[in-house]
Amino acid sequence: MPHSITSGSAQNDDDMPDAPPVETSTETNVRLEDMFNDDDDDDEEFPASGDVKMESPKEEPPAPTPSGVDPDIMLAFYQRLFPFRYLFQWLNHGIVPTKDFGNREFALTLQNDAYLRYQSYPTADLFRKDILRMNPSRFEIGPVYSTNPRDRKTLRGGQMKPVSKELVFDIDLTDYDDIRTCCVKANICAKCWSFVTMSIKVIDTALREDFGFEHILWVYSGRRGAHAWVCDPRARNLPDDRRRAIAGYLEIVRGGSQSGKKVNIKRPLHPHIVRSLELLKNDFARTTLGDQDTFETAEQAERLLSLLPDKTLNESLRRKWESSPDRASTSKWADIDSLAKTGKSSTLNPATLRDAKQDIVLEYTYPRLDAEVSKKMIHLLKSPFVIHPGTGRICVPIDPRNAENFDPLSVPTVMNLLAEIDEYDAKHPPGTAEADIPDVEGSAMNGSDMKGGRKLQDYEKTSLKPYIDFFRSFIAGLLKEERNGKRERDDTASAVKADPMEF
Amino acid sequence: MIRQDAHRIDPKRRAVIDPKKRQFATPTYKQQDYAHRLNIYEIPPTAEITLEQFEQWAIDRLKILAEIEACSYRNKSPAETATYITPLLQKFLPLSSNTSSPSGAADPRLRNERQKDHYSHFILRLAFSATEDLRRRFTRAETMLFKFRFQQDDSREKRAFIDSLNLDWEAVGDFEKTEIAESLLSSTPGLRRLDDETWYKVDWDKVPELVERRSVFLKKGKAYVPGREQLSMIMAEFTARLERALELTSRALPRLDEDDRLTPILNHLSKNFGSAESVYSEGEGYVDGSPITASSIDQLAQQHFPLCMKSLHVNLRKNNHLKHFGRLQYTLFLKGIGLSLEECILFWRQGFKGKTDDEFNSQYKYNIRHAYGEVGGDVNRRGKGYTPYSCQKILGDSNPGIGQTHGCPYRHYSVDNLVGFLQATGVNDKEVLRGVREDVGKMRYHIACNRVFEATHKNEIKKVKEDGSWSQTDLDTIVHPNTYFKRSFLLKQMAKAPKEA
Repeated sequence: MPHSITSGSAQNDDDMPDAPPVETSTETNVRLEDMFNDDDDDDEEFPASGDVKMESPKEEPPAPTPSGVDPDIMLAFYQRLFPFRYLFQWLNHGIVPTKDFGNREFALTLQNDAYLRYQSYPTADLFRKDILRMNPSRFEIGPVYSTNPRDRKTLRGGQMKPVSKELVFDIDLTDYDDIRTCCVKANICAKCWSFVTMSIKVIDTALREDFGFEHILWVYSGRRGAHAWVCDPRARNLPDDRRRAIAGYLEIVRGGSQSGKKVNIKRPLHPHIVRSLELLKNDFARTTLGDQDTFETAEQAERLLSLLPDKTLNESLRRKWESSPDRASTSKWADIDSLAKTGKSSTLNPATLRDAKQDIVLEYTYPRLDAEVSKKMIHLLKSPFVIHPGTGRICVPIDPRNAENFDPLSVPTVMNLLAEIDEYDAKHPPGTAEADIPDVEGSAMNGSDMKGGRKLQDYEKTSLKPYIDFFRSFIAGLLKEERNGKRERDDTASAVKADPMEF
Repeated sequence: MIRQDAHRIDPKRRAVIDPKKRQFATPTYKQQDYAHRLNIYEIPPTAEITLEQFEQWAIDRLKILAEIEACSYRNKSPAETATYITPLLQKFLPLSSNTSSPSGAADPRLRNERQKDHYSHFILRLAFSATEDLRRRFTRAETMLFKFRFQQDDSREKRAFIDSLNLDWEAVGDFEKTEIAESLLSSTPGLRRLDDETWYKVDWDKVPELVERRSVFLKKGKAYVPGREQLSMIMAEFTARLERALELTSRALPRLDEDDRLTPILNHLSKNFGSAESVYSEGEGYVDGSPITASSIDQLAQQHFPLCMKSLHVNLRKNNHLKHFGRLQYTLFLKGIGLSLEECILFWRQGFKGKTDDEFNSQYKYNIRHAYGEVGGDVNRRGKGYTPYSCQKILGDSNPGIGQTHGCPYRHYSVDNLVGFLQATGVNDKEVLRGVREDVGKMRYHIACNRVFEATHKNEIKKVKEDGSWSQTDLDTIVHPNTYFKRSFLLKQMAKAPKEA
């Protein structure tokens, strides 16, 4: 076994005798809303995808787990690659362990699909140790509570309150099923990923320019979506009604299967919408009309017509399109204007038509958020850098400034990564000079051969490195602001303290 | 020494006493002078009142709040509510402006009115802080009352009142105003000219309502609020302060237990608040007679279910699946009409044709049992799960998203789809459909639903009215899907079986 697991986690066992007891029973004390937040069957994470091969390197594969990724491989990943220290720093907002991390809820999905809520860890080491012990197929991050979530049963009802959590957003391509033609359900391709790219651009811009947030971490969800974590201190402390306000502000495409027209916005357009339209205009032409060729089928063309306001114009369009069934979406879209210009329809109001066309562009390109996720502080969201159990891909961060170039299909899978380590180790046997690099912060956390100087971290031998580096620089920016914020608070506090001294 | 926050109002400004004796001295409080008609209820009352006053004032205020709540449940427009509430307010809880009396705020009549308003508010706080649900309803009703009064206030007094609140609003300068003129105009619906309005810059989280409706311009976390949206900001402030205060009250409440004069009155008050809402009491939707089983749902759905549940049922049969919120809404309704847990599980098992037993057991069964209070936390089990959703809840919950089917068809369907669906369920009367369109256009979803009920049960209603077996209260507006079912079921039973002697 090239990447077998080092026996136990011996390096940590001795110096951490105070590890808290871990509940092993499946948590049943869960409120109904929470239960459902993540388990709606239609966005289930597990159906095996067609495009990823999951080959176990073992001769005799063990009994298949529901997740699709071998538990041993999962463990090797946690042991050698998972950036526990950075995750800790990210959630702790500093180096010294605080309540921000200690009272944070983690929810673990174990290999047997049991779901363990209300886990919490005082330090990064204990966190790592427990994850290695439980070897969850994935885990999620919840809010920081007013008390330690593990103590909740010793408290009277209602005393444990969520106090802060990153403001989160969830984009999932299944919500685009009625407008994407290339794939359905859990499958994705480069064509439909551009919907996610557009969403990232629009949401990221709005959060930064309108709400003034700066620390926004975008994370690939491992299969067909992306999550945003807004980490600014102000965002973390928002109560639920303010979260709802932001979600409402950003939500434009509304309505269920029977709602008809899904975009109904009043004029004049709000600056946020004007800006979004500007961002999306080209994407509409490229993606909806070009790559997706959405209006090609008669059914979709009919849907397009139902969104246009003028009956006479619709009639002439319908006649035209029926006579040439294979007409491409781009031409159909152009037909709307060219036929409108002929002036055949006397009832046509150019302004109404323009508005309707804007609505259509929005309906087919504007981000479709799962708004419920953003509205509640207690909502759990999958942690960055865990493995998506279905695809084996790592939930890596996405750089929003460079979102166009992110390709979900080239995100490393856990199998690739482990192979890369082996490859590297084979090329650079331990002890050779180039394997040594100067010590950096955050070392010695993940398994690396310890003898002789500072060795390369395992992740640095793999294609995961750029992602972790990005994450690290993100955290650095966040911590810098936290430090400034703290200093400001300290300053005002000391000013107050100084007061009584004036006698 | 701890320096006090300047904004904090010392609630019990005690007379200066020798600090050593302070602990045992009877505190003397500063009397309040009600300078403004409106009150944001920061300072609790401290004077003595009689027990009779305590009870009477509370009851008077409660009447008003209950009526206000009822108006909102019936979806009355603000104007309708105003005409309805004004005489009641005059009778039970008058509150006159300074200008109504020659001596202004010093007039004893005004003082008494304001005192009653002030005291009754705080008494009800005690009565309604116990549970989260009561707190939420109380805050809502109080906010509506405050809003109503605020709008009635004359502008000069309004200004004086606002100034007394010390809100930190930063006015937008002329230079900045012209710089972002276009954005300001396009984000304020109905405003034509920029010069008509003064703008204030506040943190966006002060005006969540405006942000949510996208009717304010945002830049780098600051909201540019037009002067006329003051109301929204003051409301938000009022609600926030009240919520915070109720939290604190609820924590202090256990200590009140010892007082055997007030506790019964308070308990009584909080119970009475229930009457206005269609609070669902256990067994309310149950009908005696035929036991309801999984196999009878199809038939019952067709005959007796309100449109929201019919829609869920049709979708379930069509797709062999419902998304989570749809399942929850439907399960609770079925629980409400008396379907037992076993039958309910059977019903869903049969409904989800495409799922294997394993899938069903692992993904869905728990939720059904949870809704019935079979599993889950202590509170859930003791409360027998969730109560069936009322119209209020269904209308107010989040809109169904893509692929979701829960909600109220009158509200969440497009009008054409709604009419199509009504016709599919057998409502073809042109007059009724026209009425429904009109109601929906005016956002009176209850009325539309009740209209359909009356049309589909025309004959039965006529009969029970004629023979006098049902009084008008039995035929009150329906505001709960389970009431719809029950009434429909009973009416049909009556028509079928000739009256028992």
